[in-house]
Amino acid sequence: MAILINGGSRVITQGITGKTGQFHTQNCVAYANGKKAFVAGVTPGKGGQAVEGIPVFDSVVEAKRETAADVSVIYVPPPFAAAAIDEAVEAGIKTIICITEGVPVKDMIMTRHKMQDSDAVLVGPNCPGVITPGELKIGIMPGYIHTPGRIGVVSRSGTLTYEVVDQLTKLGMGQSSCVGIGGDPVNGLKHLDVMKMFNDDPETDAVVMCGEIGGSDEEECADWISHNMTKPVAAFIAGVTAPPGKRMGHAGAIIAGGRGTAEDKIKALEQAGVNVTGNPAEIGLALRQAMKLD
Amino acid sequence: MKVHEYQAKAILRDRGVSVPRGVACFSVNDAVNAAQELSGDRWVVKAQIHAGGRGKGGGVKVVESVNEVEETAGQLLGMQLVTHQTDANGQQVKRLLVEEGVGIDRELYLGLVIDRATQKVVIMASAEGGTEIEEVAAATPDKIFKLFIDPGQGVIDTDVSALLEKVGLTGEPAEQGVLFVKALYMAFWDTDASLAEINPLVVTTNGKIIALDAKFNFDDNALFRHPEIVAMRDTDEEDPAELEASAVGLNYISLDGNIGCLVNGAGLAMATMDIIKLYGGDPANFLDVGGGATADQVTEAFKIMLRNPDLKAILVNIFGGIMRCDVVAEGLVQAAKVVKLSIPLVVRLEGTNVEKGREILEKAGLDMVTATTMNDAAQKAVAAAQG
Repeated sequence: MAILINGGSRVITQGITGKTGQFHTQNCVAYANGKKAFVAGVTPGKGGQAVEGIPVFDSVVEAKRETAADVSVIYVPPPFAAAAIDEAVEAGIKTIICITEGVPVKDMIMTRHKMQDSDAVLVGPNCPGVITPGELKIGIMPGYIHTPGRIGVVSRSGTLTYEVVDQLTKLGMGQSSCVGIGGDPVNGLKHLDVMKMFNDDPETDAVVMCGEIGGSDEEECADWISHNMTKPVAAFIAGVTAPPGKRMGHAGAIIAGGRGTAEDKIKALEQAGVNVTGNPAEIGLALRQAMKLD
Repeated sequence: MKVHEYQAKAILRDRGVSVPRGVACFSVNDAVNAAQELSGDRWVVKAQIHAGGRGKGGGVKVVESVNEVEETAGQLLGMQLVTHQTDANGQQVKRLLVEEGVGIDRELYLGLVIDRATQKVVIMASAEGGTEIEEVAAATPDKIFKLFIDPGQGVIDTDVSALLEKVGLTGEPAEQGVLFVKALYMAFWDTDASLAEINPLVVTTNGKIIALDAKFNFDDNALFRHPEIVAMRDTDEEDPAELEASAVGLNYISLDGNIGCLVNGAGLAMATMDIIKLYGGDPANFLDVGGGATADQVTEAFKIMLRNPDLKAILVNIFGGIMRCDVVAEGLVQAAKVVKLSIPLVVRLEGTNVEKGREILEKAGLDMVTATTMNDAAQKAVAAAQG
């Protein structure tokens, strides 16, 4: 069953009538069980319409009531994205994946605060989404590079994840689930949360983790791994060459006040027994080493 | 986005945070008028650049006559101010802040940032005002006290009192301090700030609490709802290449090396810089062309990179997802026609429509080196730059 999503998920697209929402929903519907899984769309004021045969509702509450959806994916523009997450949480959606890039940090602080007592799980924002290869793709990643298998992938980046997945596929190692947790400073699931899920997932044998400069999520994950992880882990941390004080594309990728350096993260992960490679072209090989396949 | 000290202080003053009286000046004349208007017998003339470390770099002078204000303003305006946060050439001083002198009894540190782990605003205080907080954090982390703010409740008076007591502030100054911190927090929250630093926060010889220096950064993602902050942007303080890139929707950061990189996606762009370094080269820039770069954007990206006189080679690394390799290839062909490349170009395409992309490049007969993996690409780029 992999993690977070599977072929039995029932998905709502929030922002389905927008160009981005429509385009990516089409691609997701075309992948594996997508046609069955994408049951509804939401755009306020456009209820009653249909996109690709998917019924559109005015609100998440309505969409959930009519379709029994349990997952939502959000493509609404940044000024309204946090409110869209709030709406999904309030409607009782259990897994919320926010693709939108550029959400104000303050909005995310308030949204995360409101989610405190909720059992909903948020992935993102500013992320490529989640894919369980051969079953379901929710997000903007190219589906065809993935292969069903038993390797978990968790990453803060989009294209770097595709690079890793491509390496794994070419080495004959399929993936159980690939989770993009996003590049923002205040977000939902962190490396640690996803690592725990993979550790508990009977369909995952080993995990690849891609981190980057900024924050201390990788260090916290490393600490947990050293005491609890029962499966092999390989990692790559991007940004060894990034200068301090400069935001490297992602809102969260910045070395501030001497903290959040790649060196600190690499050291913490190595101490936790993770096989960290400094070469982004050899992340797949690093995992084979960690699994003692070579 | 960053603003100047005088702009940060204007934001604070508007919101009831006490700051010294002062005037922003753009000429020596302005400075003389400001000193006369402020009156008194002591003034501080402060160079306004975005980089920190201005005091140590010689950009802040305390003077005791209007003549000296005139003389100092003349020296500072137009000078290349070098600090530990600027490059070796420094930053040209084009604006000054002339302030009333303040009698200092004690200097404290106050900072607000977003704490990513708790997802809250954290207020940090230290009795070691005036020094760089990084130094305090490295040498004596136990001297920095933190107060995490519940976003639902906001700042609670008694929590602030307790924080201030830890840095030695009690009695009347502490009462003023509570009001100061609350107003500062509101200024931070209302403007979508990402960092606020009052270093030093001083207790004056008259027992007043005042922000002697102020630094504010703002969340770029929230600027759409703060036209008043956007109006404070000073593009003279920004790297021209980065500015030009952002105008065409590219994310570019100048680095010291000689291998230009053009990549889609921030994580892969960083990884590309890293692998260049791994093979003994030096990246000249970070450049993320994003998820949907057009041929025009690719052309602009080449133009911006090629303006760097040190550039010895360019590495294009694209993993096509939504962005198709054939579209990128067409962009490269167009760019090569427009910019007339005189340095080696290494191209690695992978992902969606990669065969089509490679075919387009081949047909165009571009003078370039193709690569298959990132290893291959980085090695070829480093060799080309050294060749």
